[in-house]
Amino acid sequence: MTGLLSFKHGVHPSENKDITSSIASKRFPFPKEVILPLSQHIGTPAKSLVKPGDHVERGDVIAEASGFISSAVHATAAGIVKSIELWPHPNGTMVPSIRISVDPSSSQMRRTRIVPRWQDVKDEDLSTEIGKAGIVGLGGAAFPSHVKLCPPKDQPVDLLLINGCECEPYLTSDHRTMLELPDQVYEGIRIALKALGITRAVIGIEANKPDAIEMMRKTKPDDLDVTVQPLRVKYPQGAEKMLIKAVMGLEVPSGALPSAIGAMVQNVATAANVAAVFESGHPLIERIITVTGRGIRKPGNWKIPFGTKLRDVIEHCGGFTEDAAEIVFGGPMMGLGQANLDVPILKATGGILVLSKDECKRQDILPCIKCGKCLEACPIFLNPQLMGALAKAERYEELKADANLNDCMLCGSCSFVCPSNIPLSQLFAMSKTQLRRLPSS
Amino acid sequence: MTDSSVKITASPHVRSAESTIKIMWSVVISLIPVVAASIYFFGPSAILVLLASIAGCLLTERLFGSTPGSLADGSAMITGLLLGLTLPPGFPLWMAFLGGGFGMAFGKIIFGGLGQNVFNPALVGRAFLQAAFPVAITTWPAKTQHWWALQGDNFALPFMSPVVDATSSATPLGNLKFGDDPVVTPVIDLFLGTTGGSLGETSALLILLGGIYLAWRGHLNWHIPLSIFVSTFVISGLFFALGISQFPPLFMLFSGGMMLGAFYMATDMVTSPITNKGCWLFGFGIGFLVVIIRVWGGLPEGVMYSILLMNALVPFINRATQPRLFGTSRKKKKEAGS
Repeated sequence: MTGLLSFKHGVHPSENKDITSSIASKRFPFPKEVILPLSQHIGTPAKSLVKPGDHVERGDVIAEASGFISSAVHATAAGIVKSIELWPHPNGTMVPSIRISVDPSSSQMRRTRIVPRWQDVKDEDLSTEIGKAGIVGLGGAAFPSHVKLCPPKDQPVDLLLINGCECEPYLTSDHRTMLELPDQVYEGIRIALKALGITRAVIGIEANKPDAIEMMRKTKPDDLDVTVQPLRVKYPQGAEKMLIKAVMGLEVPSGALPSAIGAMVQNVATAANVAAVFESGHPLIERIITVTGRGIRKPGNWKIPFGTKLRDVIEHCGGFTEDAAEIVFGGPMMGLGQANLDVPILKATGGILVLSKDECKRQDILPCIKCGKCLEACPIFLNPQLMGALAKAERYEELKADANLNDCMLCGSCSFVCPSNIPLSQLFAMSKTQLRRLPSS
Repeated sequence: MTDSSVKITASPHVRSAESTIKIMWSVVISLIPVVAASIYFFGPSAILVLLASIAGCLLTERLFGSTPGSLADGSAMITGLLLGLTLPPGFPLWMAFLGGGFGMAFGKIIFGGLGQNVFNPALVGRAFLQAAFPVAITTWPAKTQHWWALQGDNFALPFMSPVVDATSSATPLGNLKFGDDPVVTPVIDLFLGTTGGSLGETSALLILLGGIYLAWRGHLNWHIPLSIFVSTFVISGLFFALGISQFPPLFMLFSGGMMLGAFYMATDMVTSPITNKGCWLFGFGIGFLVVIIRVWGGLPEGVMYSILLMNALVPFINRATQPRLFGTSRKKKKEAGS
């Protein structure tokens, strides 16, 4: 697989995508209850617009964005608002959430169009409409898409990169999106290009998805200047900086946004959902989610309404196998471990992974033998060995000032390769949190 | 699985199959042919010397090691094996045992155990023996007539001077440097190991194979041996061509502890630089020092001291060869720093 475009360093975890890659996505049944946290991603929490007892239809706005980096929340099923209370969130905290008991007698038909056709929207208002429709990046960080579509004025974007890498092992939701909804992906690209006022896009897809590459090539509309670019299979190829490096050969300057070199990256699922929102006239209320791992009895790809509880998903997918050991929201490299089966599915949840005991064996942590494998793995060219030592010694300020902790994107490559099983990326995540808690000088 | 039995860990939730213990034991495994060859060439004495040195290391680790289970990581075993392989076959066993213990205690445990030491523990042990017992460690008995006969003075009593064998033979390096009638031993003999020398110094071929195996498994940084060989070859070739030294470059590569040192001692992960660029510098320094010591030093062999000296420089090399952060250029960094 040499000769394909890629980036330097990185790791090769077992892909395990064959568990679900050939299973077509299906609609998930509506649960009895949906839980919609007011804070689903980075940025300011949304402001609730409903009170207990209110009746809501599927797709209604129930919380509005407050501030620029914020996104609206919509009812993902018709029913009655039961309460607004603290509820367990996938990030491990308790977050104010709107609880809706789903009306079992409702047909779950949506109201007539509440999002205008994109053709009827002025180019400069497209990003506002995208924000109102609650669209966030579906690649994992769930950064509000309308913010990305408004790059700083002094940093004009001239290339749109569509991220179809899906470099996280196990996950296949982006893969299925490209196979099942290629026209929507292109429609989304068309809208994003229009919003950005540019003409050129590149779709980067890892070479382990030849069917998706072929599908995207086959369905490309003639009037769009889009290239489908196969990329080397390597983790974290789907990281924004790595994708840009592979496709454009440029490094995003440390501490800067991709727009600094004229690029913007959008996930394929985001593109497809942008199109779906304008096409159907309804906000973002569901997405394709991969339910996989050897700890779940019936793996598959499902179109699940946000707010569905983890418990309901597990139950519908046949329950746990006997050796199920660990539940993860997202992929195995960067996903969040889940302890509570009551947590709801969020916009950023691309996968639910149930790992069996064999898949997530943990070994004892041994002393660092300075083998240097972490330096060879780090895609950002950090020195995780030194950083790990500093983090253990709680020398957080040095970690930030001298060891460039801020550039670490917590991809987990260093922890993955460490032969002594030192939890490097966990130490770095902790250090970042500790630094945020320090009084700023 | 119920709520209460769910396991929660931080990401990444999967790990590579690589482990420190696997790396250590694969080093031991790759040394088996070398050990077998030493037994083939030197008879039962080879086993005895190796066992004595290993026993010294294991016992010291067991008694003073930081964690009770530290024997299982295989690092003490490697130190014992490597130290044993640097000793001559007729070496008194009590000295080999003492050397192992000293190397472990003062080369490793005193620094805080696995991963903390500055110097290669096997070489610390060997340096101690060289200083304490200079005669015994440079006595290579002439080959015995029978394979099974013990060589030299394996069973010398502690603190009694070993009886120097009347017909001691010289190693290829010693012969060329200090011999009355210097001869350059043919490279093919050095390569196959049919010459006198320490246990692991003789067969370059088997060490080369072991090293290649480790490099292929990713358990050895090939930059280090390669840069040692290149620098030794180039520098000694230059001196040889200028008529300054009597050592032909190929002879330099395949004689003495060069192979064992380059593949097994210098590549000790703990005591070698962490960056590949640093490994090039490190290897270059070793090659340079080996040539200097062999040509001008008072000893026939210089691999040990070269590696120990370069070990001491590793922290500085690491500091000087930090990787360039993604999205920055070296130039800019300097500008920012000035």
